[in-house]
Amino acid sequence: MTDPRLEIIGHRLSGVKRIIAVSSGKGGVGKSVVATTLALALKEGGFQVGLLDLDFTSPSTHVILGVEGLYPEEEYGIKPPQAYGMSYMSITYYALDKPAPLRGADVSDAIIEMMAITRWEQLDFLIIDMPPGMGDATLDMVRLVKEIGFIVVSTPSRLAYETVRKQLILLSRLRVPVLGVIENMVMNPSSFIRGQVEKEGASYLGEIGYDGSLEDALGDIEKLKATKFYKAISEISESLG
Amino acid sequence: MHEWALAEGIVSTALRVADQEGLEEITEINVRIGELQQIEHDVFTFALEQLRKGKAENAKFILESTPGKLRCRVCGEEWEFSPGNLQEDVSEAIHFIPEMAHVYITCPSCDSPDFEVMEGRGVTIASIKGLKRDD
Repeated sequence: MTDPRLEIIGHRLSGVKRIIAVSSGKGGVGKSVVATTLALALKEGGFQVGLLDLDFTSPSTHVILGVEGLYPEEEYGIKPPQAYGMSYMSITYYALDKPAPLRGADVSDAIIEMMAITRWEQLDFLIIDMPPGMGDATLDMVRLVKEIGFIVVSTPSRLAYETVRKQLILLSRLRVPVLGVIENMVMNPSSFIRGQVEKEGASYLGEIGYDGSLEDALGDIEKLKATKFYKAISEISESLG
Repeated sequence: MHEWALAEGIVSTALRVADQEGLEEITEINVRIGELQQIEHDVFTFALEQLRKGKAENAKFILESTPGKLRCRVCGEEWEFSPGNLQEDVSEAIHFIPEMAHVYITCPSCDSPDFEVMEGRGVTIASIKGLKRDD
């Protein structure tokens, strides 16, 4: 039996110039906020941008963007709706606000299905908010999307970095380009993470200070764009353009 | 017209397999359609016929439905997927992403969403027949 979906994923992404997966070995490091604000900053920089939330069991980019009532158009597949000028795809269109208890193989099948039927338009960047860890989603995206590159998010904590380090080793072993590591939630500036990242041969893209105003800005794009967090991400995004 | 996207996958895959296997012409493509995905056969057949090209230009498409068989991982109950009982939006969600069944369907015996789709998930190619130069 042959899975016909695998054949067309590359074709679906053929109009996308750069595909960046925002990932982390550890949960709770802020990768969804990094992915969403990175997409917004690139959009503001004049690029055509798509945002894909692949965290199927815990999607949150829709909360960060504060979008409701969006639904893809069905046109020879599905066409992502627009959110703040970005093509935006999320499992919440189908799961709504209900729990999605998916095992690994189901996550894998759902990812393949979504990648096979979503018709992305011409984009400069597709930013993907990945689920935490190095499981099915990471392995599938590496397998299915040849041109993918990763940004890995850490915090200053050794607990977070311990897993990030393993992720960097894995991605290197899989010969997947790592654009670099972003250090988030920095309260006491230190060169520890930068040193560790560089020791692994990866680039340190920059640090984002802990921003107490971020929580209140979630769901409100204008407030979000006024945060120090967004300013730091904007500066990092300039190195990607 | 989501069926169109899946039909594209069928034709592309068949053409690749034909090249790999050294087929000059594809005569028949057997497609298995899992009932969980609730594909509209007329639309799907139309899309396949519109999209066929090259070595698949004259291919005959044979569609076979596979019932959606589910088994609860908690209590072992087995049951068959029945789209007739679902609300339209739920049915549509499962149509697009069959794994959304785990969001909306639970075991009829113990109410757990932790079940396995044993058969009938989505669209697969069961077999491809064709002619080689020597045939």
